[in-house]
Amino acid sequence: MTDQALRIGVFVCDCGLNIAGTVDTEEVARFASELPDVVAVVRNRYTCADPGQNEIKKAIAEYDLNRVVVASCTPKIHEPTFRNCVADAGLNPYLVEMANIREHCSWVHIHDREAATEKAKDLVRSAVGRSRMLEPQDEKIFPVTDAALVIGGGVAGIQTALELADGGHQVYLVEKEPSIGGIMAALDKTFPTMDCSI
Amino acid sequence: MMDAGRHPRIELLVDSEVEDITGFVGNYRVQVRRRARYVDTDECTSCGECEKVCPVVVPDAYQEGLSSRKAIYLPFPQAVPSAFSLDGEACLGFNPIACGKCLEVCDKKCIDFDAKDELLDLEVGTVVVATGMEVYDPRQNDEYGYTRFPNVVTSMEFERLINAGGPTDGELVRPSDRKVPKHVGFVQCVGSRSLQRGVPYCSNICCMNTIKETLLLADHYPESRSTVYYMDIRAFGKGFEDLYRRSREAGVRYVRGLPGNVRQAPEGGDLIVEVENTLTGALEEHHLDMLVLAVGLVPRRSNGNGKRSIDEILSLSHTSDGFVMEAHPKLKPVDAPTRGVYFAGCVESPKDVKDTVTQAGAAAGRAANLLGAGQVRIEAITATLDPDRCQLCTICARVCPFHAIEPADKKKGLLPHFVEAACAGCGTCAAECPFDAIDMRHFTDSQVLAQIDGILAENPLQKIVGFACNWCSYAGGDNAGTSRLQYPASVRLIRTMCSGRVDQAFIWHAFRRGAPLVLISGCHFTDCHYIDAVTWTQRRVEKIWNKMEKLGIRPERLQLEWISAAEGQKFARIMTELDSLLRQVTAKEVEETMQILEKERSKASSASPPKKRREPVLPIQN
Repeated sequence: MTDQALRIGVFVCDCGLNIAGTVDTEEVARFASELPDVVAVVRNRYTCADPGQNEIKKAIAEYDLNRVVVASCTPKIHEPTFRNCVADAGLNPYLVEMANIREHCSWVHIHDREAATEKAKDLVRSAVGRSRMLEPQDEKIFPVTDAALVIGGGVAGIQTALELADGGHQVYLVEKEPSIGGIMAALDKTFPTMDCSI
Repeated sequence: MMDAGRHPRIELLVDSEVEDITGFVGNYRVQVRRRARYVDTDECTSCGECEKVCPVVVPDAYQEGLSSRKAIYLPFPQAVPSAFSLDGEACLGFNPIACGKCLEVCDKKCIDFDAKDELLDLEVGTVVVATGMEVYDPRQNDEYGYTRFPNVVTSMEFERLINAGGPTDGELVRPSDRKVPKHVGFVQCVGSRSLQRGVPYCSNICCMNTIKETLLLADHYPESRSTVYYMDIRAFGKGFEDLYRRSREAGVRYVRGLPGNVRQAPEGGDLIVEVENTLTGALEEHHLDMLVLAVGLVPRRSNGNGKRSIDEILSLSHTSDGFVMEAHPKLKPVDAPTRGVYFAGCVESPKDVKDTVTQAGAAAGRAANLLGAGQVRIEAITATLDPDRCQLCTICARVCPFHAIEPADKKKGLLPHFVEAACAGCGTCAAECPFDAIDMRHFTDSQVLAQIDGILAENPLQKIVGFACNWCSYAGGDNAGTSRLQYPASVRLIRTMCSGRVDQAFIWHAFRRGAPLVLISGCHFTDCHYIDAVTWTQRRVEKIWNKMEKLGIRPERLQLEWISAAEGQKFARIMTELDSLLRQVTAKEVEETMQILEKERSKASSASPPKKRREPVLPIQN
């Protein structure tokens, strides 16, 4: 991959008006198209929706992209979405990079379209720059111990423990008092059924 | 409760507290301390002979201190496990003159004064935190005369007084003279919805709990009267409005207005309540036999015994109300930010039984997904070593918060060994390595430097380069965004997993490229998701400040801030403050800094000749 010439695709998301209401996404897209090694730029109304993801997959095939930059929301929401998306198109999921032009830009500079657009451009240039350095990665797979620790033996802990145990999993229910029951056990009746708490 | 006690796949560990949790999603190691109970729960038949002979009497916390229990006691009649427990602090058997009366009468011989605490090691794939909440204590503000007038009680005390298993066998009597009260008042929002007293939020359950209590009272004592003092009645749930209507139809009077004054009648313990009825504007005076305070719910405090709380052990963040913070308030409401950890119940926010059961089901579902999958993928963000650059100094092993690096051995010429499963990807080793021999997958030096260059490519004088850790500060920025908190557009953030990743080289690079102001932001010390990696951030920044001072660069141009994921407001405030700092940095100052650092760089490269390549060392030992 590193020997190949870089072919970067940039996908600028309007997020309805969440981004486009403040940031001039057309200008951001134009700006992105002039960055080195960027060979495809697509603007989308909702990049995370199926049509938006299909645009990414289509562009990967059409332009033989080996890096994808999505300028949209925080990676904490949709990085997994776009990693899966590029993986579907045959690209290593670690070759996608996001520029957060919503939470860190359009939503916090609502009254300053010009400054928000300039910031969005910087964030895209920064993400494109980073994407040039990205390398494919293999994720390690580890086994999972089939047991759960539930801390607290009140209503919540008891119910969680029962659900998990009924589902066939080993549960350790830890309670610091000498009996489970929690605060509920001290109540007389509980609403809305007006029946006994225990 | 009973089902949980006898389920073959639930191991009930009562009298127990979690002392430590290490590991990672799917593979947690847990240390639990089971305190000595001095009674064998398997053997005890709850016959109660021990209790009869026990000479020690203490207040019974289960009955809200309204009655007493012995030092050896059954927690409550339906307790699970159904076994007695010995209160080691109250028992005389531990004193020099041993009592031992219970020992003599116990047929099953299941009392053992020599029992010791046990330490248990568990291996689990997932952790569900269901540590609940506490009930607001009205003593702290002496609200409505609670500490002065015996007939002012809390809603929890009312529950015990009207309960068949309570201290009065279910006969509601008032504490001063054990008479059945004829007129009972209920005050809502005690400790809730106040910016001055208690907590600012609504405790969710108190309106419905009071409505329930008025109905219980009407059932038990049809002759009695109830008056409820409220700000708003919040009966939003399914079936709630029906209960509210039933309560009004039963004759309960609802007065909109909280009492301005409560005093006790000169004789007899009756209470006189003054209240402004805000619907009529009239000032009313009510004579009551008893006043019940509908106390709110507050986050559980730390243990108080010097031990680390669960929140500390798991590095859980808290929202401004003090309850634990979920990974996303709408989309991941039962997930902790740490993978494989989930929340159920009031630890997350105050909620009633139905919502708690619903949330517990959701948490169990999330946990079962993980357990059922049988395997888990770990993000490829771990440390890598360049063996040619490593000088076997062992610093990396010393700074690793997870002990994931077996140190190099200079004598034997052994390279350090990185245990990938234990590496959490904080990047502290990469930042601290003096020889630049360590890099982080997907957060490499070259990737971060490229981001800095991207930010400063045009008009650098107007830009603040900010480094933000993934878990707290970056998420704090997201929080500011979702809350639409506005701040100046000068900052551009670079996300690293931990502020511990921020290498000195990144900072110098930014200044060399003309950055007027650089920000490093991370988690608060108690919130750090990489144990104590953030302490290395602090030390490193202090070193850089010293060097800046020596070089004649104003240290204020490197800012260090701790912002949690919940602190969107703080994030926005700091970005605003930084913007005004930015305006104090002149073009001339930036230019001078760039020259100083260029000179420094050429001096460094001419002073120390390039390091000789070391002798080859043994390969990595696995």
